[in-house]
Amino acid sequence: MSLATRRTALAATALFALAMGSATAKAEELVVYCGVQEEWCQAMMNAFTKETGIQVAMTRKSAGETYAQVKAEGSNPKGDVWWGGTGDAFLQAAEDGLLVEYKSPKLSELHPWAQRQAADAQYRAVGIYAGGLGFAVNTEVLAKKNVKEPACWADLVKPEFKGEIQIANPNSSGTAYATLATLVQIFGENPAFDFMKKMHGNVSQYTKSGAAPAVAAARGETAIGIVFMHDGVTQGVNGFPVKVIAPCEGTGYEVGSMGIIKGGPNPETAKKFYEFALTPKAQETADKSKSYQVQANVATPLSPHAPRLEKVKLIDYDFKKFGSAAERKRLLARWDNEIGSLR
Amino acid sequence: MFRSHLLWLIVGWIGWALAPWYGFASSRSRPLLGDWPPSGLLAGLDDAPWLLPLGLFLALPIPFVLTRSRHVGAALIAAGIGGLVWMMAQGSAIGLRGWSWPFLANLFGPLAHGQAGMGFGAAATALAFLFFLTLGLAARGAMKGDRFTTGAIGFLIASIALFVFWPVSTVFSQAMLPDDGLSGPMALAHRLTARDIWSLGCVFGDTRCGVVWNSVVLGTLCGVITTVLGLAFALVATRTKFPYQRLLRLLSVLPIITPPFVIGLAVILLFGRNGTVTLFLADNFGLTATRWIYGLPGILLTQSLAFTPIAFLVLIGVVQGIAPSMEEAAQTLRAGRWQTFRRVTWPLMRPGLANAFLVGFIESLADFGNPLVMGGGYEVLSTKIFYAVVGAQNDPGRAAALGIVLLALCVGAFLVQHRWVGTASYTTVGGKGFAGTPAELPVWLKRAVYATALPWAAFTFLLYGLILYGGFVENWGRNNAFTLRHYITDFGLEWGKHGLVWTGRAWNSLFTTLEVSAVAAPLTAAMGLLTAYLLVRQRFAGRAAFEFMTMLSFAIPGTVIGVAYILAFNQPPVELTGTAAILVVCFVFRNMPVAIRAGVASMSQLDRNLDECALTLGANSAQTIRRVILPLLRPAIVAALVYSFVRAITSVSAVIFLVSARHDMATSYIVGRVEIGDFGLAIAYSSVLVVLMGLAIIVIQWAVGERRIARPTSHTPTARPREVAA
Repeated sequence: MSLATRRTALAATALFALAMGSATAKAEELVVYCGVQEEWCQAMMNAFTKETGIQVAMTRKSAGETYAQVKAEGSNPKGDVWWGGTGDAFLQAAEDGLLVEYKSPKLSELHPWAQRQAADAQYRAVGIYAGGLGFAVNTEVLAKKNVKEPACWADLVKPEFKGEIQIANPNSSGTAYATLATLVQIFGENPAFDFMKKMHGNVSQYTKSGAAPAVAAARGETAIGIVFMHDGVTQGVNGFPVKVIAPCEGTGYEVGSMGIIKGGPNPETAKKFYEFALTPKAQETADKSKSYQVQANVATPLSPHAPRLEKVKLIDYDFKKFGSAAERKRLLARWDNEIGSLR
Repeated sequence: MFRSHLLWLIVGWIGWALAPWYGFASSRSRPLLGDWPPSGLLAGLDDAPWLLPLGLFLALPIPFVLTRSRHVGAALIAAGIGGLVWMMAQGSAIGLRGWSWPFLANLFGPLAHGQAGMGFGAAATALAFLFFLTLGLAARGAMKGDRFTTGAIGFLIASIALFVFWPVSTVFSQAMLPDDGLSGPMALAHRLTARDIWSLGCVFGDTRCGVVWNSVVLGTLCGVITTVLGLAFALVATRTKFPYQRLLRLLSVLPIITPPFVIGLAVILLFGRNGTVTLFLADNFGLTATRWIYGLPGILLTQSLAFTPIAFLVLIGVVQGIAPSMEEAAQTLRAGRWQTFRRVTWPLMRPGLANAFLVGFIESLADFGNPLVMGGGYEVLSTKIFYAVVGAQNDPGRAAALGIVLLALCVGAFLVQHRWVGTASYTTVGGKGFAGTPAELPVWLKRAVYATALPWAAFTFLLYGLILYGGFVENWGRNNAFTLRHYITDFGLEWGKHGLVWTGRAWNSLFTTLEVSAVAAPLTAAMGLLTAYLLVRQRFAGRAAFEFMTMLSFAIPGTVIGVAYILAFNQPPVELTGTAAILVVCFVFRNMPVAIRAGVASMSQLDRNLDECALTLGANSAQTIRRVILPLLRPAIVAALVYSFVRAITSVSAVIFLVSARHDMATSYIVGRVEIGDFGLAIAYSSVLVVLMGLAIIVIQWAVGERRIARPTSHTPTARPREVAA
């Protein structure tokens, strides 16, 4: 075949493929930014489409990425609903006026922490799930080293855990910032920083992403990962020797949230989604897609795998104070100076 | 009257009077059949009177063109500038909700409604005005009156200004945002001199070093290693009688067609503390398993794996193009093999080496996936920027300041490279008939080349075997039972009631990815090579600045580009977010620099006499490019096409911000799987992408063809000189 014929053939094929591609484009009626694991995102959108017949166009991004995008799109929003992701980002978005104020009639069906999140956000966001902080521990590694697993925050500074702890860098990860805030609330600020300085000797690595220490613990790259407990549970269900431990002094938690984006293209459909997302039927999709957070609706059956929040000593986490931009900036700067800059 | 004058007049009129003026695919104003959106003229008569004056500018040159007036140049320039300025002014002054700035409303009274982003009609009209301007300049004698060259320069400058300069300056202006009571310039200075950027604590104290030093060390090492390895592969592939050259070439290209994270995962599973190799060593040699791989060694290893092929692609064209006649001349003059290599071959490779190093250095600095997976506590600029934007800090000002630092580093590398290459002549492909075969390498050099390239190839091969294997087992590293589960989840197909159902979760993103990449690749190659041609072959004022601007989007990390694109293109006058077009545009301008580098490296080897010959024989510059230069540039074309296609498929950081619900990309799916440690699905998807990209490379090679430089490989000397221009 000559070069000219080859190219003609190629161009024809390309045109055909393009024509096919554009023919399959569907009409869409709702744009959702999804902040949880991809599998759960898909299951949730499918459930909504099955229920209402409305087609959903969904993008999955982490909470930080979505917040950056919603903020950048502020003057001409492209998304309707922001569903899932750590509550801090929602509080910030609410503070910036990027979300619509909306009080769902279903609010009273929700757990108190979910309602409190709504109140903290001036009803521009609502809690949809919660998860506590804890340790994901690789039992094989610890058995091999013949070391007892940690039960409390205070155990983490023990010399036998040298080089065996991973936690994310609070500058990059919301999970690690929640841990930092939790420690400050449990111990008081100065003792908390002393504790973290001591623990620094045991930390092998401050990862970038919040769930990474759970993955590392699963693979035996570290013995202990400080993560949200449901992330550890997922690894256990996936067949890794991971045990999830709630610290004895008590622990902090996140409230995953949802909000309607101000000025989005389909505000009415967005409300339909919002209402649906608060029903037990919608929240059951989490368990089926290996996400083990505790769901906001009281009537949603709890997954057999999910960490029992009622058995965990939860602290009275002050989301308002520690979610505010100024406090966050101050604590992060202090962490950077006193711990992040250590070798 | 020239045909081109008439052509652009017609395009301009169609764009303004007939084609739909507004919106590419805005979710608000989707054109429906039967409800054909108005052209500029109709909208102007209806409710957007500010579009009517454009007709005046379109009409202005007509009498001059038709009467072949002497003043046609001046008329075209006036119409072009007037039209462009008016379009920009009305576009930025009147936004979605009326006047963009309050003082205009006070001046002219409120508007009933605003206008949407510009669409196809507006784009055609703007192009017409742009070419009015360049045609006018050509008519007045710019670039020796060459209409093609002026047009090309004008087009490239305009598009780079719109798609690189504007978004980048939008985001960098954020570095000046006042902060903590500091005024703009003070805040900028404060951010630029932060301790965590510049600290030398690791040398003089017991704290960590600043992120700049980490990045510089990493980038330099990575540039050197990839250049050396790339050169070794290029020499083996062209200058030795290695029996499996084809296999070697394939192997060396594999890593660039690998989606991000996958190499890192494989390396961790081999060399991590619980990795196969580590455990083997620990069990058999009593070594303690450590985490040495996390940090600089791991990043360097994965980056070298990832970027060596790019160095190879840049260098192979150069090594192939070195004329054997020069080496033969040296040997006739009694130079030994080493002397020939040292004094002839090596200096001729300098532009190639410099370009390869520059690409390796910049790629390493801008790379984001590998430091993320392998980084450990080793912080580099690209990840720091990413988390300054999306992390718990959420400080775009800081991100912008770090972006400026990163950019400065890349510019520095660029200047050093420029000095090293210097102004010597590297021409080796002339119009004269060639004689001679490539000189054999000195024996010890040949051994060194083999000793570098072959183990690396073996290592690459091993990694890929593992990756492929990882897609077929239940849970890599724990449960090695065979399964097709991952492939079925990703790419399942079912036969439903209404025909085939694409049940796999990956289909959607796969189709979008392939479509966007297939559109972006040829555009990237075309624009990149055109730019290379202008840079090497034409002299014009501001050429250096022009070259620098083309490197800009490449040197800036994807995250910053992603945010910059959202900031710049989310609202009228140019509204592109949520479309596939923004992905295409982003890929074209991000990957163009590699096409430019490959083109510049190859083109510096082509003798100007070839162009001059063609021009003397009456060809214009467009014909010269098509008939003479392009056929000689085939390796560069292949490199540009392959690179841009592959990078469009495998890039992550910019894409994360630009994907929309309808246009999701493969990499964002893979990132999601990796985050929760579900490696099987990520690897299965990646394997499929690798196979598809491999096929695409074969198709590209097949379609572009080989460069045929007359060399005495056969004994039909009379046929050869014609082939050069065939």
